[in-house]
Amino acid sequence: MKRRSFVKALTLSAALATAGLGSQSLYAADKTIKVGVLHSLSGTMAISETALKDMALMTFDEINKKGGVMGYKIEPVVVDPASNWPLFAEKARQLLTQEKVAAVFGCWTSVSRKSVLPVFEELNGLLFYPVQYEGEELSKNVFYTGAAPNQQAIPAVEYLMSKDGGGAKRFVLLGTDYVYPRTTNKILRAFLHSKGVADKDIDEKYTPFGHSDYQTIVADIKKFSAGGKTAVISTINGDSNVPFYKELGNQGLKATDVPVVAFSVGEEELRGVDTKPLVGHLAAWNYFMSLKNPVNTAWTKEWATYAKAKKLPGADKPLTNDPMEATYIGIHMWKQAVEKAKSFDVDKVIAAMAGQKFKAPDGFTIEMDAKNHHLHKPVFIGEVKADGQFNVVWKTKGPIKAQPWSPFIPGNDKKKDEPEKVASK
Amino acid sequence: MKKFLPMLLLALLARPAAALDAAAVHELGFGDNDAKIAAIAALVAEGDPRAAGLLQAFADGELSTSGERVLVVKGDAGFDALSGAKLDVLPEERDDVVVNNRLRRELGTAVAALRLVSPKLETRLAAARELAGGADQAMLPLVKKALGKERDAQVRRLLELTAATLELKTGSRDSRIAAIRTLGESSNPATKPLLLGLLERRKDGTYAEPDAELRAEAQKSLRALNGRLAWGDRLSLAFAGVSLGSILMLAALGLAITYGLMGVINMAHGELIMIGAYTTYVVQGWFRNGPYFDWYLAAAVPAAFVASALVGMALERAVIRWLYGRPLETLLATWGISLMLIQAVRTLFGAQNVQVENPSWMSGGIEVMTDVVLPWSRIVIVFFAAAVLAGTWLLLVRTRLGLYVRGVTQNRAMASCVGVPTARVDTLAFGLGCGIAGLAGCALSQIGNVGPDLGQGYIVDSFMVVVLGGVGQLAGTVYAALGLGFANKLLESWSGAVLAKIAVLAFIIVFIQKRPQGMFAIKGRAVEA
Repeated sequence: MKRRSFVKALTLSAALATAGLGSQSLYAADKTIKVGVLHSLSGTMAISETALKDMALMTFDEINKKGGVMGYKIEPVVVDPASNWPLFAEKARQLLTQEKVAAVFGCWTSVSRKSVLPVFEELNGLLFYPVQYEGEELSKNVFYTGAAPNQQAIPAVEYLMSKDGGGAKRFVLLGTDYVYPRTTNKILRAFLHSKGVADKDIDEKYTPFGHSDYQTIVADIKKFSAGGKTAVISTINGDSNVPFYKELGNQGLKATDVPVVAFSVGEEELRGVDTKPLVGHLAAWNYFMSLKNPVNTAWTKEWATYAKAKKLPGADKPLTNDPMEATYIGIHMWKQAVEKAKSFDVDKVIAAMAGQKFKAPDGFTIEMDAKNHHLHKPVFIGEVKADGQFNVVWKTKGPIKAQPWSPFIPGNDKKKDEPEKVASK
Repeated sequence: MKKFLPMLLLALLARPAAALDAAAVHELGFGDNDAKIAAIAALVAEGDPRAAGLLQAFADGELSTSGERVLVVKGDAGFDALSGAKLDVLPEERDDVVVNNRLRRELGTAVAALRLVSPKLETRLAAARELAGGADQAMLPLVKKALGKERDAQVRRLLELTAATLELKTGSRDSRIAAIRTLGESSNPATKPLLLGLLERRKDGTYAEPDAELRAEAQKSLRALNGRLAWGDRLSLAFAGVSLGSILMLAALGLAITYGLMGVINMAHGELIMIGAYTTYVVQGWFRNGPYFDWYLAAAVPAAFVASALVGMALERAVIRWLYGRPLETLLATWGISLMLIQAVRTLFGAQNVQVENPSWMSGGIEVMTDVVLPWSRIVIVFFAAAVLAGTWLLLVRTRLGLYVRGVTQNRAMASCVGVPTARVDTLAFGLGCGIAGLAGCALSQIGNVGPDLGQGYIVDSFMVVVLGGVGQLAGTVYAALGLGFANKLLESWSGAVLAKIAVLAFIIVFIQKRPQGMFAIKGRAVEA
């Protein structure tokens, strides 16, 4: 092993010497490479993002144990932007200019991603973003390993309208009041129109961040559902989900009458909820912990062992979810791209990312699109089970290509399916 | 009910005679969803009560297949789905039969239809309720048969409603009119689309229902139904208002003492609520594996009070005491303390929310009308808030400590002169206010999230209530809390949650401009510091 990494290092330094790169300062003398982890470890988003930080650290450990990236040990630099959007930009700048990291893995909310985007473009950094989002963005410096709307929202609505999904005719679009739910709902409204659903059969509702009293909203949903077969599409984000689902259970709104499909509720979010009254409500993701395949079994086991060894909170019931899987895929693809490019140089890695393949825990060998910086991902729709896991009731035959520019938003048909600036400067 | 089902199933399965339709049972395990639904209908049409057990097991996700056989798996024991015989060994290689919402709905009504003839009234009532939600055309004969035998009035009414919905499309003209009249007497919103369907116009302007008399009947029934549903709406809105009001009152009552009576701007008030909630979490942990889990709140309520009160008194002794009369410094110092408390809890318990489970008697709700469900947890909190209010009032008005507190806050120098130990009274009063915050935390843990940031969401609301109600007035706090609760819910059903919050804030700003002393001002000879 050592011998091989030595040889690799030799070739690398030879390559560097011949290439005469200006970015030599990237590499520390003791053969480590710094990468950044930019997730909120405090504040409102800590609830979701802490697990991603831990997953990133586990993946680095795993790669280091197998000899690192091209013989370089990964040295993670973890910073805490504290759920404070401007602080995200500040911390990103610190990672890129002071720590000189080769890549950054981070962000959850779209507003944090929008905050760091100019920094990454200005300093030509590399960001891997692991969460499903609303699309409408394509940057040469970002790889999006979460789902675009056509890989999550649209298939979910199609399922609800199908016979097996209950044949819904009326839709409540319920979300937290910020950019992701608003844009997603705009796309969904246009999509529903294209399917012949009239505006009077669509009810769009928003609640503030951290809203905790869902009595009136659940009562309104009940009233609305009296007008025909209704389904709720929830883009509620963060811990508001707990009181929402509690209220659904208390008011006896069952999934067989009015199913709720959620885009931001996974295994981790259901941790704090009594799931027995929620059996049958749906979630759409590109990965579920309950998927049965050898890669997933090995991965969940690896995570459980890691969580126990590091005594992470919640280690007695270790859970994996979709954004954690996307983080894991992102880091591995970055490693493969670096090894293909034989360099940590951002432009070369970006070029090498195109077409990278990885055997993911979702059971498929998934691929980075040659052009649009998004993954081809399979879509799963799961029903909540009594133990807080999901029972997959529908899935795509294979991975589908992402459409970051949704065709349901006017004007998008003219936009190119690749970043504006071409990789080679 | 839950216990009864498996017993019933076992009893049924134990009978050796195999009368179930073998082809249908096979389809249940191996067919696609359409075939499964057809099989369910076939089993219902057969009307064998033993099928109910099998279908219930299917709905519970206990059905699996192994090779060509369909099995029912209960824990470690396996049964053959067709004969009901217990298997000697449970095959290792088996696939669970996936149940989705569509199947679950079909199964629910199918099981209910088969249970209509059960000897137990309880079972029949539940079955009739289930059917009223959505029965299938094929079940009409079963419903009619059950109706012929049924004696209980409540079950009869439900069954009549079900029969009416089923006959609305197919029956003779007389039976259809009777069906429409029956529907008009229900208060179930599920019947509304049926009536609306009769009144619908086609695209060319003609009615979907040609008979004018039928349409008039439908119109009349619809009006009656709408009237009844509107009352249900009003009722649930009023309850939502009371519930939110009681929560606001609980959160603000402690502040009414520390800020209202003592004049301390305590920005850490929210964190004392949070400490109460975390105390509840810890106490719940002690009870978790014991037999008295359902009653852990009885221990959690005093524990939350004591924990928050102790933290509050320590705060008062260590920091706030030195800052009396300097509101700006107090504000900054307590804000700093709130950050420290949040971080301390985060290091102790982790940044993730912790799970506080409701005792079983607090989950679910009471159905006061069809479709108006009042959750137990909220009802309990309304009464709890009333009890805390009464307790606080008694303490302040009827005890020596209360007398001292009022004395010290109204005229500190004079109280001190007549021998009241003002320093100790300050500590105790502050502790009392913080303890009540702890009680609020205990109540909030039952309906919302428990995380380190819990208090942040309530601090602004609490100050709003106290300022609006009038500083120094318990009664004002009560009125303000209930008023804000109602206003918020009323606006929310009108304009959405986001606008409602903004509108309420705007209202308070205007109100305070007009009446800076709040709703109720202290009259009398109080000396303002």
